[in-house]
Amino acid sequence: MSLLELENVHSYYGHIHALQGISLRVEEGEIVTLIGANGAGKSTTLRTISGLIKPRHGSVRLKGQDITGLPPHQIVELGVGHVPEGRGIFPRLTVRENLEMGAYTIQDRAEVARRMEFVFGIFPRLKERINQKGGTLSGGEQQMLATARGLMLKPHILLMDEPSMGLAPVLVEAIFEVIKTLNQQEGTTILLVEQNALMALSVAHRGYVLQIGNIVLDDTAENLKKNEMVRAAYLGVK
Amino acid sequence: MRRLLNATVLIEILRPLGQIAVFVAGAGLILSALMLGMAVLLRGSTVDATTMKNYGVDLFTYTLVNLPQVLIDGVTIGFVYAAIALGYTMVYGVLEFINFAHSEIFAIGAFVGVEVLIALDNSGRLDGIPYTMAYFWLFLAVLAAMVAAGATAVAMERIAYRPLRGAPRLVPLISAIGVSFFLQDAIRLIESLTTGQFHRIIPTFGNFDQQISLASLYIVGTKIDLVMQVKSVIVIVSAIVMVVGLNYLVNATKLGKAIRSVAQDRVTANLMGINVNRIIAMTFLIGGTLGGAAGVLFALKFTRIDPFVGFFPGLKAFTAAVLGGIGNITGALLGGLVLGMLETFSGSYLSVFTMGAFGAEYKDILAFAILILVLIFRPSGLLGEQVGQKA
Ligand SMILES: Nc1ncnc2c1ncn2[C@@H]1O[C@H](COP(=O)(O)OP(=O)(O)O)[C@@H](O)[C@H]1O
Ligand SMILES: [Mg+2]
Repeated sequence: MSLLELENVHSYYGHIHALQGISLRVEEGEIVTLIGANGAGKSTTLRTISGLIKPRHGSVRLKGQDITGLPPHQIVELGVGHVPEGRGIFPRLTVRENLEMGAYTIQDRAEVARRMEFVFGIFPRLKERINQKGGTLSGGEQQMLATARGLMLKPHILLMDEPSMGLAPVLVEAIFEVIKTLNQQEGTTILLVEQNALMALSVAHRGYVLQIGNIVLDDTAENLKKNEMVRAAYLGVK
Repeated sequence: MRRLLNATVLIEILRPLGQIAVFVAGAGLILSALMLGMAVLLRGSTVDATTMKNYGVDLFTYTLVNLPQVLIDGVTIGFVYAAIALGYTMVYGVLEFINFAHSEIFAIGAFVGVEVLIALDNSGRLDGIPYTMAYFWLFLAVLAAMVAAGATAVAMERIAYRPLRGAPRLVPLISAIGVSFFLQDAIRLIESLTTGQFHRIIPTFGNFDQQISLASLYIVGTKIDLVMQVKSVIVIVSAIVMVVGLNYLVNATKLGKAIRSVAQDRVTANLMGINVNRIIAMTFLIGGTLGGAAGVLFALKFTRIDPFVGFFPGLKAFTAAVLGGIGNITGALLGGLVLGMLETFSGSYLSVFTMGAFGAEYKDILAFAILILVLIFRPSGLLGEQVGQKA
C-alpha cells in the first residue's frame, strides 16, 4: 500500500478543467517530484491532495484511507504537510509564532518545543530571527521559515510547491540540500513540485511529468534525466 | 520556561494598561490645552463678556472649572465606545467586513441584561440587598447578556454571512444591514408581546447611583468637588478588563494566534490545520460577548433602553474603530477614548464658545464629521494596522 495515492483525479476551477485524470503514487520514504511547465497543474495537484480543492472525480488515498473531500484542516491532522507556492508566511506573526502555527495540531507543548529545536538545528538562521516578524525576512529566510513550518508538524508526507522559486542559486542549492537531508536522515517522504527540473531530478527518486493537466511520463529520476523529451522541454538541452 | 511565560503574561497585561494611561492622559491633555488656549485667545471678546453675563465668571475660569468633570465624563463614555468598537474591529480584522448588525448585538445585550435585572427586581430579590449582592446580580446580568449576545453573533455569522463568503464585498454588507433591521424588529416584537412596552428602564438598586467624591479642588478661588457616579467607575473598570482580556487573548493564546493567522492568510491558516470556519465563528463570539457586556454597561449608565438603543452608540463606536484604524485593537481603544472625550468636550463647551448658537445636541454631528474627515484624509485611521498586527 502506497503512502499517498491519486487515482484518476479531475479538478476544476469553475469551468477550467485543470487536472484531467491524474494518477500517481508516493511510497513511504521516497522523494517524488512533479515537473512541468507553468500552468501544467502542479500546484493544483498539491492543493487537491491537501483538500483546498475538491476533485470532481477520482480519489485521493493516504495509507489506504480515502481522504477525498475532507476539509484541509483534517487532512493536516492526518499528517500531510503543505509548504505552499509563494511560501505563505504570516507577515505579521513572528518567526516563533509562524512555527507555532505549523504545529497547530500538536497539543503537547513539550513536543512543540522539541520540534522547534529540531528545525532550528536545520535552519540556525531562523533561531537568530526568532522574534522578528515573518514579513521582514529576506526571500531565502522566508523559504526556510516556510519549510521549517511545514516540518513542525512532523508530517508523514511533506508537499513542497516550488521551494526554489525566486531564490539566488546558492540558496537553491541549500534548500535542495535540506530536502535531501530530511529524506535521508529523518525518513521524511516528500512530494516536490518544481520548475527547476534539473535540481528536482537530482534529489528525487522518481518523477512525473505533467502537461496541461495530464501526466505524460513517469519514471525513475535517473531515466527522466536521460529522456529526450524531458531534456528538450525541461532541462534546456538541445 | 515557566518564569518566561509569566513574564510574557505580565507584559501582555501591562502593555494595554500603559496604552490606556497614555491615551487617556494624552487625549485629555491635548483637548484641555485646546479649550484653555481658545479661552485665552477669546479673552475680552464678546464670547468672554457673554459668559461673564450668563455665568458670572470669565470664559477662561468657566472652562477651567468645568474641565475635570468633563474629562471624567468623557473617559466614561469613551470606554463604552471602545468596548463596542472592539467587536467591529475584531470582525473587520479577520473578514475585512463591517458587521453593521453589531449595534443590535449590543442592543440584545442591553435588553437581556436589563430584563434579567427587572425579573430579579419583580421577584423582590433586589430589595434592600447588601452591596455585595447587588454586584453579584449585576455581574450575573452582564454574564447573561454576554451569553445571549455571543450566541446571536455566532448564529448571525452562520446564517447571514458564511453562505456569502466569497461573494463581492457589498453583498455581506447588505446582508448585515438586513440582519440589523431584522434584529431591531425582533427585539421590538418580543418586548411588545411580553411586556407591552418598547422601552425598558434598568431597576435602581445597589449603590450604583451614588456619587463618589474624588477630590475637592480650588481652581482660581472656586471650590470644585470632583464627583463620579459609582456606575461610571463600574463602566470604566469593566471596559478596562475587557480591553486587557482581549489583548491577552489575541496576543498570547493559541486561539489568538490562530485568529491572527486567519486574518493574515486564510488559505495558509487552513493548511496549518486551523479550522478557519471555527476561528471565524470564535471571532464573532468574542466580539459579540464584548458587545453584549457593553450593552448592559450602557443601560446601567444611561438607564433607559429601547430597541433602537444600539443605533447611535453602534455608529459612534464604528466611527471610533475607523478613527483608531479599523482592524486594530489598540486603535479601537484609542478611537473610543478620543471620540468619547471630543464628544463630551463639545457637549459641554460648544454652547458657551458659540454663545448658544450651537448647543450640546451638535455633539452627535461631530462624531460623523470626524468619520467623514478620517475617511477622506486618513482612511487607515490613527494607528492604521490590522488585528493581525501584534498590538
Ligand atoms: N485560482 C485559480 N482560478 C482559476 N484558474 C486557475 C487558478 N489557479 C490555477 N488556475 C489554472 O489552472 C491551471 C493549472 O494551474 P497550476 O496548478 O497553478 O499550475 P502550475 O502550478 O503547474 O504552474 C492553469 O491553467 C491555471 O491558469
Ligand atoms: Mg504552481
